[in-house]
Amino acid sequence: MDVIAQLLTAAVAEGTPLLLAALGCLLSERAGIINLGAEGMMLVGAVSASLVAAEGGSVPAAMICGILAGALLGLLHAFTCVTLRANQIVSGLAITLFGTGLSAYLGKPIAGTPLAGSIPVVNLSFLAPVPAIGPVFAHLDVLVWASIALAVLLQIYVDKTSWGLNLRALGDSPATADVMGIDVGRSRYAHVIVGSMLVGLAGAYLIFSVAPSWIEGMTAGRGWIAVALVIFARWNPVRALAGAYLFGGLDALGFRIQLMGTQTPSYFLKMMPYVLTVVVLMVLGLRSRRGAPHMPLSLGSAYVREERF
Amino acid sequence: MNKGVFGMRQARTSPSSPSGGEPGGAARRRPGFRMVMDAAQTSGPWWLPILSVTAAMIFCAFLIALNGLNPLVVYADMVQGAFGSGYGLGETVVKAIPLLLCGIGVALAYRIAFWNIGAEGQFLAGAMGATAVTMYLPHLPGPVDIPAMFVAGALAGAVWGLLPGVLRVYFQVNELISSLMLNYVAALLLDYFVFGPWKDPMGYNFPGTPMFQPWQQLMTFGGSRVHLGLGFALAAVALYGFVLNYTRWGYELRVLGASPAVARYAGISIGRKILTVMLLSGALAGVAGMSEVSGVAHRLMYGVSPGYGYTAIIVAWIAKLHPVGLILASVLFGGVIVGGYSVQTIGLPASMSLMLQGAILLFLIGGETLSRVRIVRNGPNGEENAAVHPAPEKRGGEAWM
Repeated sequence: MDVIAQLLTAAVAEGTPLLLAALGCLLSERAGIINLGAEGMMLVGAVSASLVAAEGGSVPAAMICGILAGALLGLLHAFTCVTLRANQIVSGLAITLFGTGLSAYLGKPIAGTPLAGSIPVVNLSFLAPVPAIGPVFAHLDVLVWASIALAVLLQIYVDKTSWGLNLRALGDSPATADVMGIDVGRSRYAHVIVGSMLVGLAGAYLIFSVAPSWIEGMTAGRGWIAVALVIFARWNPVRALAGAYLFGGLDALGFRIQLMGTQTPSYFLKMMPYVLTVVVLMVLGLRSRRGAPHMPLSLGSAYVREERF
Repeated sequence: MNKGVFGMRQARTSPSSPSGGEPGGAARRRPGFRMVMDAAQTSGPWWLPILSVTAAMIFCAFLIALNGLNPLVVYADMVQGAFGSGYGLGETVVKAIPLLLCGIGVALAYRIAFWNIGAEGQFLAGAMGATAVTMYLPHLPGPVDIPAMFVAGALAGAVWGLLPGVLRVYFQVNELISSLMLNYVAALLLDYFVFGPWKDPMGYNFPGTPMFQPWQQLMTFGGSRVHLGLGFALAAVALYGFVLNYTRWGYELRVLGASPAVARYAGISIGRKILTVMLLSGALAGVAGMSEVSGVAHRLMYGVSPGYGYTAIIVAWIAKLHPVGLILASVLFGGVIVGGYSVQTIGLPASMSLMLQGAILLFLIGGETLSRVRIVRNGPNGEENAAVHPAPEKRGGEAWM
């Protein structure tokens, strides 16, 4: 396998958890609720999956537990943001802090224990002879394909279906959605919870793909990068797919440069994803003078039926 | 409309009026009372933080019990460790110093609804700035050392704080993302220094700089580890209270925080306010970092902060950005951190305190809304009471990019 193929493979491996988490955040943001708890949800998803795996549970069982953990935190977030109409930013921060602490607490006994099991691989051996991209796509795991399909399906859902139209109304103008007969609260709950499930799954995926065992704080800011990716993707699922692989690829590139034994200390290479996130947002900001384009107009504000604006 | 403003069906489940119920009311299953949100009241009562701390402790007790430990014993250990002895109390104050300084910094930013969550990075930048003085200017005359470190720390923190401000004002980059990403960058930069060029050559590979000289260390009080940083913090909190309440600049900040639109029409330059506030916010966190390395650790080392910058966010929020509240909250959370260390001896991770902190914040914001709910009696014919809901400022879009 040549260098390019190795890089692409690493980009997909590193990009898939980012993609899953970003799609989750995107779903809830399209409904008008910012999910800044992504980092905490990913951590709790990861620790639940590793607890199940450590107890001898199967990989699918571990994944489902990760999803359920995400759903629980999502329910909490929806409750504070939709029902209690608390500040979404603070609620998300609180969930991240709580999730970080909870995951460290629950994961203490199994920290560092290598976990068995891997995600089944889809073998497309006929692709292998294709130059450059062939080897990359020949042996990807199920979730990589599922996440790609999910991005496309979400795009169709948001842009081409009547449910998607409702969702866009929910994010842009909940009052209009209410008049259209949509139960604003219930729909927001649904989208936040389903989105959080994806974030939890992203955390669980980390355990079986990127890291072989649970380590405290193992997401290392991936949840936050996912939040940034949504802005980068301008709330568009397929662009999130491209963005996730781009970020994954640059991360992998940093790692490769490190392997080649350059003089640059590894700390600076490890900074790359974080610096890159800021730089990308900067370039996007330069292009649009007035705020983020395509942002759901009511993002971040609670909906109160009787409130006059 | 009977659904109540919550969208939950509280109004239907609430008991019907026990006294003076109108005769037709029960027959038509109209509830006597319904719940409305008092939009004019923006903050909860003073006892709410106490209630949320209690609720969070009860909530976390279940999680502790899940691990087969007696929560009462764990909490007793935490309180005993943090407040039970002179030494513990001193440690609590030592932890409260950086929390208070960072807390004032973020409170200043939250005043104008600028979501600075980068106090952690600004703290680390300040610590690195102060240490740079000891590393690169070892021959400064003794009395100049501390002031030079103070200035370097404040400057480094200010630069680190200014970055998200500049990014927001000139590049429309959301400050939540940028300030947080800069935290990771600062932490990695610190790792680079303490594992690389600044590592103590005689330190047996310990990831830290050489110990500071005695004249590079902040003075301590009595036999305790409480250091002069306490003076910095208290001076800063007094200044914060004064500036905010008694100066034109502070008034403008409050206007901007209450309503960006009003501020704009009043001719307040929002961009400039953001930049100056972030300069100060970063400088305060930088001073916290400086006083931590100079007053407590006496060296820059790996893991110098147990997440002060993140805890400071909760400190600011639970204090409702109020100066006295900031002092009380920083002592409380200093105690939570110290208590977190003391339960490590019974096999719980220190991050348990992080879990408790997150839970406290969740209960606080939840309670803040619930405390604004008023129970209003329904009129006999179901017409609305005169409970008027003035339209609150629509924020979200404004704050979020």
